[in-house]
Amino acid sequence: MAAERGRPGASPRPACLSKPFLKIVATGALLCGAALPSHSGSLQERLAPCLACHGESGRSETPEVPSLGGQPPSFLLIQLYVFRERQRIAEPMNELTKDLTDDDLRSFSDELAKLPAPVAAGPADPARMAMGAALSARHRCGFCHSPDFSGQNQIPRIAVQREDYLVKALREYSTQERRGYDPSMVEIARQLSEADILDLAYYLANWR
Amino acid sequence: MPIDRALRALAVTGSVACLLAAAPAGAQQPAPGGAPAAVPAAQPPPAPGSALYGRPDAPGAMRLAPIAPPPIPTPADKLPVAKLKAPAGFKVEVFAAGVANARSIRIGDKGTVFVGARLIDKVHAIREKDGKREVKVIASGLHRPNGLALHKGALYIAELSKVSRIDAVEDNLDNPPKPTLVNDQFPKDEPHGWKFIAIGPDDKLYVPVGANANINDPDPNHYAHIRRMNLDGSGMEILVRGVRNTVGFDWHPTTKELYFTDNGRDWLSEDVPEDELNRVTAAGKKHFGYPYCHQGNFRDPEFGWGHSCADYEPPVALLGAHTAALGMRFYTGAMFPAEYRNAIFIARRGSWNRTEKLGGDIVVAKLNPDGSVKSIEPFLTGFLENNNYVARPVDVEVMKDGSLLVSDDFNGAVYRVSYGG
Ligand code: HEC
Ligand code: HEC
Repeated sequence: MAAERGRPGASPRPACLSKPFLKIVATGALLCGAALPSHSGSLQERLAPCLACHGESGRSETPEVPSLGGQPPSFLLIQLYVFRERQRIAEPMNELTKDLTDDDLRSFSDELAKLPAPVAAGPADPARMAMGAALSARHRCGFCHSPDFSGQNQIPRIAVQREDYLVKALREYSTQERRGYDPSMVEIARQLSEADILDLAYYLANWR
Repeated sequence: MPIDRALRALAVTGSVACLLAAAPAGAQQPAPGGAPAAVPAAQPPPAPGSALYGRPDAPGAMRLAPIAPPPIPTPADKLPVAKLKAPAGFKVEVFAAGVANARSIRIGDKGTVFVGARLIDKVHAIREKDGKREVKVIASGLHRPNGLALHKGALYIAELSKVSRIDAVEDNLDNPPKPTLVNDQFPKDEPHGWKFIAIGPDDKLYVPVGANANINDPDPNHYAHIRRMNLDGSGMEILVRGVRNTVGFDWHPTTKELYFTDNGRDWLSEDVPEDELNRVTAAGKKHFGYPYCHQGNFRDPEFGWGHSCADYEPPVALLGAHTAALGMRFYTGAMFPAEYRNAIFIARRGSWNRTEKLGGDIVVAKLNPDGSVKSIEPFLTGFLENNNYVARPVDVEVMKDGSLLVSDDFNGAVYRVSYGG
């Protein structure tokens, strides 16, 4: 049952066996174990393994791994916290955060928030963009995420996020598999159909 | 100061007329379903029943999102306690820091203070040990454990969709056992799913189930009501309906009538509807209006058509628009001056769905002998500074010595208000 996934005691697969991680290994980007952040060294050194997955320039090139560029620091802090406390179950992040201190969470999120926001490249289908814009207006996505979708406070940037990750996130909210720290996103996503989710993800991923 | 205006509108009699005269909300709002000017005609408004139904596209409303408190508590020396102001003769101090996302407060017979949470998975206990005050986690891995109640040494914990119990909790604080299930026959919806709970003078456990959206007309047998059940979880029944989302209730110390706060819907307007203080009487109606009639006199622009407010029990007081009136307790202590005896302290966590924030204080509702509301006055203020929250009050609880505890979920702290001495 999805609602029970947050319980401690559910035995997580080790980080290095997680699906996204296997994809990364397959691309040869990382070796098992190298992804674990070390507990000593400079902040940059400690964040290097993170950015190997999430993208050094703030833009992720890894399937279903979100870009972190341009995210508000309070959003990052809250997500790192809910990963550590297993309130958000997502491999490999629970494993990677479990030994981090509150100070680590703060310094990681402040530093990651400096990454530049990704910018949309390449052409986008105007018809699909119009569909997404209409849906976004209808569900008022910009009221919380800001009119340019750059986020604010605990609310994430969703502009130019990876399309596959947006689809995954919206599906998980709509089933309450991802409950959110604050439940407001679940309330929104429950009204979205699968087709809405695909259109919104396309629109946001290509937003400019 | 915004509170003055709000409180004047709160004086029970006449509040309705004065409020509606001052803010003809119905006239100012875009017609339901009508596209407000900023939306190109091709874009449909939110579907009926949508959480965002009625949400305007005015630029002023474009950045009104709920503000989530941080998960990590504010250190003791950074708490804004010096900014909190109580009437002359009262003193405000930090009772405990480091109580992340502090929400509902309950106090055990042996003096342990228990604190629930909405955004994190933990219940905290605050106790005196070896002459020192200590904050510790007594349960974790819980799903929005907002509600707490105590009965004969047992701590009842309400998560989003279930109630469980830890027996003899104060005897086992060092190594508390896992909670055992009392009842899990509750909807699993996230919106308004977190619960306030309490045990009534009838020794039954009262558990509300909120509406599962900002505004909708859900199945009344599943949502938008207050239930009660036996302490073993059996015999669950619906007591009153038409309750959008109550996060605080208590019983009058002498009449034993139930009073509860209820949060009004969002996005209708800045000024309407107001949050409510309600009272359940033997003679009164058992439906409090949601979603048809708000604040006793205002029919919902979508769901109110064809309904009459006269069919629903009106509030005994209005508590301001979007103020998030949450925890409330009757004052039964001996420490405060006589005028506070049997008055109700109400925590207004403060608005988000409003340009000029309103609430962010503890108000005191003084009652007439017949149980109606005589006045509502500010008691503890200063949570709101230049339209920003420095702290957000969620619940109040009276200590054995008569002082009042106040939880602050924004800073993860509990304050104590005392008088004299
Ligand atoms: C093996 C790849 C991998 C590594 C290494 C990794 N992450 Fe992640 N991270 C992910 C995935 C996958 C998700 C999305 C999980 C999901 O689907 O919900 C994620 C999500 C996040 C999020 C939430 C972002 C959002 O938009 O919701 C943050 C913040 C984050 N990671 C930070 C970090 C930090 C800090 C580190 C280093 C300590 C790190 N990550 C290392 C794969 C990785
Ligand atoms: C009422 C405010 C609100 C509205 C309206 C809203 N969101 Fe959100 N959204 C949030 C919050 C808060 C979060 C973070 C929740 C959490 O902790 O997981 C979030 C998270 C998200 C995420 C996850 C991003 C990430 O990096 O993990 C996506 C995607 C998203 N929203 C898309 C949308 C879309 C699309 C819409 C319109 C259909 C929308 N949101 C409308 C408040 C809102």
